[in-house]
Amino acid sequence: MTADALRIELAAVLPQATLVPAETVRGEVVVVVAREAAAETLRTLRDHPTLRFDMLSDLTAVDYVEREPRFAVVYQLYSVSQNHRLRVTVPVPGDDPSVPSAVALWKSANWAERETFDMFGIRFVGHPDLRRILMYPEFVGYPLRKDYPLDRRQPLVPERDPIAHPWSLRRTI
Amino acid sequence: MAADPGSLAPPRFVDSDSTSELMELQMGPSHPASHGTIKFNLRLDGERIVDVDVEIGYLHRGFEKMCEQGTWNHVFPYADRLNYASPILNNVGFALAVEKLAGVTAPERCQYIRVIGGEISRVTDHLTCLGMAANELGAISAGFYMIEAREFLYDLVEALTGARLTVTYCRLGGVMKDLPADMKVRTAAALRQVRRVLADCDRLLSRNRIFLDRMTGIGALSPEEAISWGLTGPLLRACGVPYDVRKAQPYLVYDRMNFVVPTGTKGDNYDRFMVRMAELEQSMRIIEQALAEIPDGPIMVNDPRFVLPPKPEVYGSIEGLMNHFKLVIEGQKVPPGEVYVATEGGNGELGFYLVSDGSGRPYRVRVRPPSFYSMGAVGEMLRGYMVADIIPTFGQINMIGGECDH
Repeated sequence: MTADALRIELAAVLPQATLVPAETVRGEVVVVVAREAAAETLRTLRDHPTLRFDMLSDLTAVDYVEREPRFAVVYQLYSVSQNHRLRVTVPVPGDDPSVPSAVALWKSANWAERETFDMFGIRFVGHPDLRRILMYPEFVGYPLRKDYPLDRRQPLVPERDPIAHPWSLRRTI
Repeated sequence: MAADPGSLAPPRFVDSDSTSELMELQMGPSHPASHGTIKFNLRLDGERIVDVDVEIGYLHRGFEKMCEQGTWNHVFPYADRLNYASPILNNVGFALAVEKLAGVTAPERCQYIRVIGGEISRVTDHLTCLGMAANELGAISAGFYMIEAREFLYDLVEALTGARLTVTYCRLGGVMKDLPADMKVRTAAALRQVRRVLADCDRLLSRNRIFLDRMTGIGALSPEEAISWGLTGPLLRACGVPYDVRKAQPYLVYDRMNFVVPTGTKGDNYDRFMVRMAELEQSMRIIEQALAEIPDGPIMVNDPRFVLPPKPEVYGSIEGLMNHFKLVIEGQKVPPGEVYVATEGGNGELGFYLVSDGSGRPYRVRVRPPSFYSMGAVGEMLRGYMVADIIPTFGQINMIGGECDH
């Protein structure tokens, strides 16, 4: 589907769920969705017969530290069968950084949400195994937040005993 | 998943009636057979894998945080170090993303050069992956042959960019320098050597019984699962889904190139291997076509907002000097906005999501590393198989630490 056709289709499928209706910026279709409507909207986007966004290409966040709401969680959706892309942005307030998890919709959300949690401290409610992925568990703070200083040092972590804590990090198996 | 009768594949074992105690084994982070620093926390029933938890992040360098500190051009050296088996492809991906944000289009000759450099990089990437995969299964000579072939291409990359690995070849609006004068002759010679080596390796591996036994039916995913896990590139195409960004949403001059997208049927390790083997030939075809069709012309856009002025102007005129100073100290003033650009990297969809606030520095740089998402699915691929199947499966995923851990 072309970008314009997709934008018109989205306007028909998502009538009131969106904060900013679908628009085309630099040839990319973008839609902003309220946090409360995010789970429902993402499910519709995946399952709707003409949209069929079957792949979550990427999920990340942006820290607009001086703005309110402070964070934006960004979903890059792609439809392999229909060959179109969509970017969904969900604004998230800084004092309660949480959004519903998309793991039930796309399995790729599992690691992507863990990374976003690791880097921004955004909680994905309903994620089966939300723990740090790139940083180590003893790390304090969220490095990609704009208020995390570049030159901060963290103490060395004593060696973990692999016998005493073989699965020290994983909650569910 | 049941094994189909007549298949070479061993049955996949998921639910055990076994009463034996499960063993927990940690494999890595520096295991000699896994190229890349990664840890597998395994839960084993005998030699069967009941569960895998993959720990990544050993090569995390804070790529995205570092990018926010410098100007847009400062990102190119970092981008080299994402997938260091195919650095030019990362350069091209990032350059296309910034150019889309800046609203400039590289000149046609530059687009051809990027296609040529990118496809050379893709060949080196696939050769590394296949050579190492063969090596790890004991076919050391095939591994060495492929590394030898890669060497011919690295010579080519060196002639093109001046470096073998850390190329930093692209710039906002163009590439660093033009093709060497004898590029066509050099390339023809290098590709002849690569084809010779590949013919040898094909004979050595593709119908080799030991190789088949180790690869067939292992690590398979269905197309639906693969899409849900966000697999792209050769891994997805091995499942029979012909998704290739170069074909689906053509960029640069790929729409003028004549090539096919090879696909597999079963999505197992053997199909992944064969898809990569077939893609090597397609990439070489693209290189030859691009070299035959490349037009003359500039290799950089002529836009003083984004491109450094030529050195004689910097040293010979005050306008040139000021322009140079502003670009180096303040950076290119890329208009505010955000953009996501996907390109076909060595291992799949390499995406860059950029946010600019209009200052000379990136507000946010996000890379979508294909092997990060592939590694997310590795637990699913391995569950029910044997310990010995980890290495070939991991080899076919071709995790590049620099990219996966960014």
